[in-house]
Amino acid sequence: MNDWPLWEVFIRSQNGLAHKHAGSLHAPDAEMAVNNARDVYTRRNEGVSIWVVRSADIYASDPGEKEELFEPAKSKVYRHPTFYEVPDEVKHL
Amino acid sequence: MISDLTLRDPQSAFRISLFDYLLRLADSCLILSQRLGEWCGRGPALEEDLALTNVALDLNGQAQLWLEYASQIEGKGRTEDQLAFLRDAHEFRNLLLVEQANGDFAMTITRQFYFDLWHSLLLQELLRICGISEKALKEVQYHLRRSAGWVVRLGDGTEESHTRMQRAADELWQFTGELFEIDAVDEAMVQAKIGPDPRTLQSPWMDRVKSTFTEATLAWPDAGWMQRGGKCGIHTERLGFLLAEMQFLQRAYPSAQW
Repeated sequence: MNDWPLWEVFIRSQNGLAHKHAGSLHAPDAEMAVNNARDVYTRRNEGVSIWVVRSADIYASDPGEKEELFEPAKSKVYRHPTFYEVPDEVKHL
Repeated sequence: MISDLTLRDPQSAFRISLFDYLLRLADSCLILSQRLGEWCGRGPALEEDLALTNVALDLNGQAQLWLEYASQIEGKGRTEDQLAFLRDAHEFRNLLLVEQANGDFAMTITRQFYFDLWHSLLLQELLRICGISEKALKEVQYHLRRSAGWVVRLGDGTEESHTRMQRAADELWQFTGELFEIDAVDEAMVQAKIGPDPRTLQSPWMDRVKSTFTEATLAWPDAGWMQRGGKCGIHTERLGFLLAEMQFLQRAYPSAQW
């Protein structure tokens, strides 16, 4: 069972919320990965929905490219929507 | 659930039958739970270790509920713990199937599949009479999903897993006849509209085993001699060893508490 692929598990804790990464586990296929995720990560009533994705299918950003990917955003505070006043009449913003 | 009238007389034959029936439900859960607990820390993978012990805990919880109910019906002041830990092998009413040794993973999974399928069919019939069944059925439907999934994957897996699964399917087959036998206790439950005639569970059970084995490329086990007796307290030699381990603490330190 050492050759079981690794899966990343995403759990949605409530309706209306997004799935969040919960951890990873080994399983022979997707269906068993959902079963295992249920047994490993939802034992204490943590979820209403489970996604599993093969870890090998995730393409990740390269930590070495951190500067070019993320540095430029740091100096652009005007991208935060904090430069205008919200009129009192506007609710639920 | 059951009218007080039928239960007023503690010595009534019906009451004794109902107690026996509840012990059957409880003991099969309890003994299988103990067996599965033996896998704790030894599962073939961490995920499977957790899954097997989750199932063990589900069954232990169900056993506790049935024993609690049995204790009320018996009305002699024996608690569920006393029923679990202070009865001897001949007083246990579990199916022979569930006391069989864990063997390899194939044996454990096949035993589980044979049991889960029967268990889910039975609980569906018991739904009408008891809230315990409703809670238990949801757990058992998941147990079945898991064990049936493994039967297909291992049967239709490698040459070795197929060989092991076929051996397990054949070897445990002799303990499946008892699942569908009817005796006086069952008859009393049928008459009181509490439990189903066990024989009616056989054909849906067979159908599902057939379709699962076909998918798993497993051959149908040869019908030979069927073992019987668990339901009335006649057990294989394996149960004594299991109870010795399970009951040790209460026997050595009577009434010990957490």
